[in-house]
Amino acid sequence: MPELNLTSAPAHLRHGSNIGQPLTRRDGVLKVKGQATYAADNHPPGMLFAVMAVSSISRGRVASLDVAAAKRHPGVVDVMTSSHKPPLAIDPEIKTNPFVFRMEVLQSDEVRYAGQPIAVVIAETLESATEGALLLAPRYETLPALVGLDAGESFVPPVVGVGNPSEVHRGDVEAGLASAEKQIDATYETPPQYHNAMEPHAIVASWDGDRLQIDMPTQGLMLSLARIAELFGIAHDKIHIRSPFLGGGFGSKGLMSGPPTLGIMAAKLVGRPVKLVLRREQMYGPVGHRAPTRQRLRIGADGEGRLTALDHHARTVSSTFDDFYEPAADASHTLYAAPAIRTSHDAVRVNTGTPLFMRAPGEATGSIALESAIDEIAWACGMDPLAFRLKNYAEVEPISGKPFSSKALRACYEQGAARFGWAKRSLRPRQMRDDAGLLVGWGTGTATFPALMFQAQARAAIRRDGSGVMEIGAHDMGQGAWTALAQIAADAVGLDIDRVEFKAGTSDLPDAGIAGGSAHTATAGAAIHSAGAAVIAKLADLATNDERSPLFGAGNAGVIARDGRLVRRDDESRSESYAEILARAGLAEVEASGTGAPNPAAMEEYAMHAHGAVFAEVKVDPELGQVRVTRMVGAFAAGRIVNPHLVKSQLFGGMIWGMSFALHEEAITDRRSGRIMNANLGEYHIPVNADVPPLDVITVEEHDPHVNALGIKGVGEIGITGSAGAIANAVWHATGVRVRRFPIRIEDLLTQS
Amino acid sequence: MKSFDYVRPATVAEAVAAAAQPGAVYLAAGTNLLDLMKGGVSRPDRLVDVTHLDGLDAIETLADGSLRIGALVSNADLAHDANFAKSYPAVAEALLSGASAQLRNAATVGGNLLQRTRCAYFYDTASRCNKREAGTGCDARDGENRSHAVLGWSENCIATHPSDFCVPLVALDAVVEIEGRSGRREIALDELHRLPGNTPERDSALDPGDLIVAVRLPPAARVFSTHARYLKVRERTSYAFAVVSAAAALRIENGKVAEARVALGGVAAKPWRARPAEDVLRGVAPTADAFQEAAWRALADAKPSGDNAFKIELARRIVVRALLLAAAGTPARLPALPASPFASTSGAIHA
Repeated sequence: MPELNLTSAPAHLRHGSNIGQPLTRRDGVLKVKGQATYAADNHPPGMLFAVMAVSSISRGRVASLDVAAAKRHPGVVDVMTSSHKPPLAIDPEIKTNPFVFRMEVLQSDEVRYAGQPIAVVIAETLESATEGALLLAPRYETLPALVGLDAGESFVPPVVGVGNPSEVHRGDVEAGLASAEKQIDATYETPPQYHNAMEPHAIVASWDGDRLQIDMPTQGLMLSLARIAELFGIAHDKIHIRSPFLGGGFGSKGLMSGPPTLGIMAAKLVGRPVKLVLRREQMYGPVGHRAPTRQRLRIGADGEGRLTALDHHARTVSSTFDDFYEPAADASHTLYAAPAIRTSHDAVRVNTGTPLFMRAPGEATGSIALESAIDEIAWACGMDPLAFRLKNYAEVEPISGKPFSSKALRACYEQGAARFGWAKRSLRPRQMRDDAGLLVGWGTGTATFPALMFQAQARAAIRRDGSGVMEIGAHDMGQGAWTALAQIAADAVGLDIDRVEFKAGTSDLPDAGIAGGSAHTATAGAAIHSAGAAVIAKLADLATNDERSPLFGAGNAGVIARDGRLVRRDDESRSESYAEILARAGLAEVEASGTGAPNPAAMEEYAMHAHGAVFAEVKVDPELGQVRVTRMVGAFAAGRIVNPHLVKSQLFGGMIWGMSFALHEEAITDRRSGRIMNANLGEYHIPVNADVPPLDVITVEEHDPHVNALGIKGVGEIGITGSAGAIANAVWHATGVRVRRFPIRIEDLLTQS
Repeated sequence: MKSFDYVRPATVAEAVAAAAQPGAVYLAAGTNLLDLMKGGVSRPDRLVDVTHLDGLDAIETLADGSLRIGALVSNADLAHDANFAKSYPAVAEALLSGASAQLRNAATVGGNLLQRTRCAYFYDTASRCNKREAGTGCDARDGENRSHAVLGWSENCIATHPSDFCVPLVALDAVVEIEGRSGRREIALDELHRLPGNTPERDSALDPGDLIVAVRLPPAARVFSTHARYLKVRERTSYAFAVVSAAAALRIENGKVAEARVALGGVAAKPWRARPAEDVLRGVAPTADAFQEAAWRALADAKPSGDNAFKIELARRIVVRALLLAAAGTPARLPALPASPFASTSGAIHA
């Protein structure tokens, strides 16, 4: 990998501190010029190409593979199968911790889902390996596939999401429903969805003895490294992973999965570097997805539109061999102040790759159902849906009873509604038309996502020339970590951003934690902040303890770091540059480490969430049923905004994702074979540019002293929540037709004209 | 990848000879063929690259007033030809509603006509498909078939032809010029695509080696230019095939329909010319009621092939709307969102 050449001095003028400035992304020029090196761009000398052959059946076993035919094909070097592969140090079926998922790495001839890797062909060229994989012509012993939400006996999973209880309740839901003046009982369905990151999963692996060099996009360098070390029985310090850029991950590159592991095995088998890149359709199986759900919501309200009970049950699926349960009903934990709330889950096992975290796991699926249901009960009460939400505003977290660490949701509702012009909305549906006669509908949805923190470390140094270094194995998935974290780093060491060498994206740097849960900026940022404070404290020690320094005697608390100088807090005329301090001390540099971690005491006391309010306008052709989103306004409160420019981009992306959820996205599964029938970007529809209307994002000011030292809540996922529901509700308002199966289809709206 | 021969003939005659061999296929832009090859759906032994043949990339007006479009003219060049768009606005609108800008830049006129169905079971080589492999069966028939045919299908195949371009072309009586082993011949576009019957493996009336060299629009096709539209309902605004589409063209004289042309897309294995609808409109006033009647006639023989009954009702509504739009007159400029029900939405950006 060549030295990264990030833009060091962005064109924007900056005033004051780095945090809060709308810098353009520092990797932007590299990417526009095609100079950003993604994993699959690496071609070490002697590299071979590996192509996976995958199962076309969903359940059964591979009876035979024509390995001889594949090997005869010119250019094919070897064929890795369940009976010809390098040994692993640990059975891949063993779950050594909750973040380990079972993977298919040719450990047996059993097939448990369509698209499962069943062999790997390694060849001199991609074309040879591809043809070799076809020539394997597998024969199967096939068993009937388990497909869909009714595939078998349901059961209550012990936990959903990451360790959440599958059932939670407060108050007496049945009594609340019985006493309600108005009730709704509605069932919503969401389809399986696939992450479909623009960059496919890819690995380039090279062994040198027991040392392993890897280029691979990952959202979790250290988790991946630990899993590889465990699987191959080598020490952590023998492994080096480079992941400077990800072309999107959305959760599917968070944990080590089967395909990159197969790439490492293949390299070991042939003793040469190997590249393995998934074909688009191969991303619909072994690398996770969002499970389908069927959610039943029963909601009661009294005569004044106050909730009396909220019951949210979600059915989902997991694979036949591992456990991940989309925590859809948990979306009802935090938003609305019902005196009685129950959330519960059950699941069935189907022949699918194990579902996984996909951008807003649980929140996205749960939000579209909850926000639709809230709209339905508001209409049952004859109330404006925004007024209904305000009436049931949760002043404390409903289930836990904890106060919020901060919650500017009311301001989000107010500012979003004002910008959108919500006050002019007709209460009744199917009342508004545009000049062309199209039905017009307005809908709203509340957005929420927990403000999470993981564990991270960072290392900071100040060098003799007065410049800074900040090292952290952080991940830029396109969200802008190279820029936002560098801004935090610059403030942490009191330097301009172009005076700080910011290193990230490799596994030899301190652990930045996983880039997931919308927590990366908060977690890595906190570690950077703390490392910066520590190195400045060391520098201050040097100065304030040295009688030759103008800062002598100021004490640690008595100086601040600014523009490469330490300045006496009580006398700004007394200061000294970093370079002067280090020169006098005869040191090449000072360095220090810092950590970022959740604060258990604060978490005990406060509920921590980001919030938002999304308003959407749709137009619907009254006869033809085609829907077009024409306007969206999202107002979000997510604590401190490190870079408003990047944050807006994240929120735009989330809102578009919500639009996709409501109107477009669905993996179509053949109900007999269990194969995904639209595993390509032509037929798996996500919005194109022409579908996306002008989007308006408002970031509502919010100061949160409790979530972390920087007050950051994270914005990676919240944009989806609220948005999907707002669009679904706008479609109802336009047409009077309440569609409860997503995505909303043309035929759902053809019922009347 | 399977090894194959690649030949680049110098003349049409050489091309026809090379492509008449078993296992040979023509390669133009390859926007469909290469995907089929990558997916193992098509495994030709020989590609006959016709992109360098001379004389196949012209748009010319012939002495009798017909327009001759060379088979290698790109979809984008044709749609953006000002004279073409003015004379045959529904064809230009259909072209611009198809695929994506990148694909339209590459894809050719001849290739558009000969693109294969988008039936997922045709593309999924693990599924049974009579079109891909004769006699194996049809897994679409009891499968995920919401988007499949409602007209002209058989128990052997319920696939649809995906082209937008062909729909107004067939309405305008386009003629296909073919060079084959026994010389040049021409057939109506309406005769080019075949309904599946018992031989769904044969998409078209072409014989081995046959090369489409041009598409011709007869002089009479121009008379509809002031009242011609294409309307396409799809699941996103660009880069999506039609759920159902329709072309409608009217010649209105003295407040009456002198002549009507109606064709449907996305409903059958061929672009579906709806002559019963045209007949019922002849000599009547262009009213919504008349168009309703025409729509009923157009879909009189329709029946669901699966989970797709909605397409019949949708097709009726699209026929009515397309006729209403045509009656209202061709807009002075092509809409920013071509063929979209939202074509008139203000502030729309280009698809």
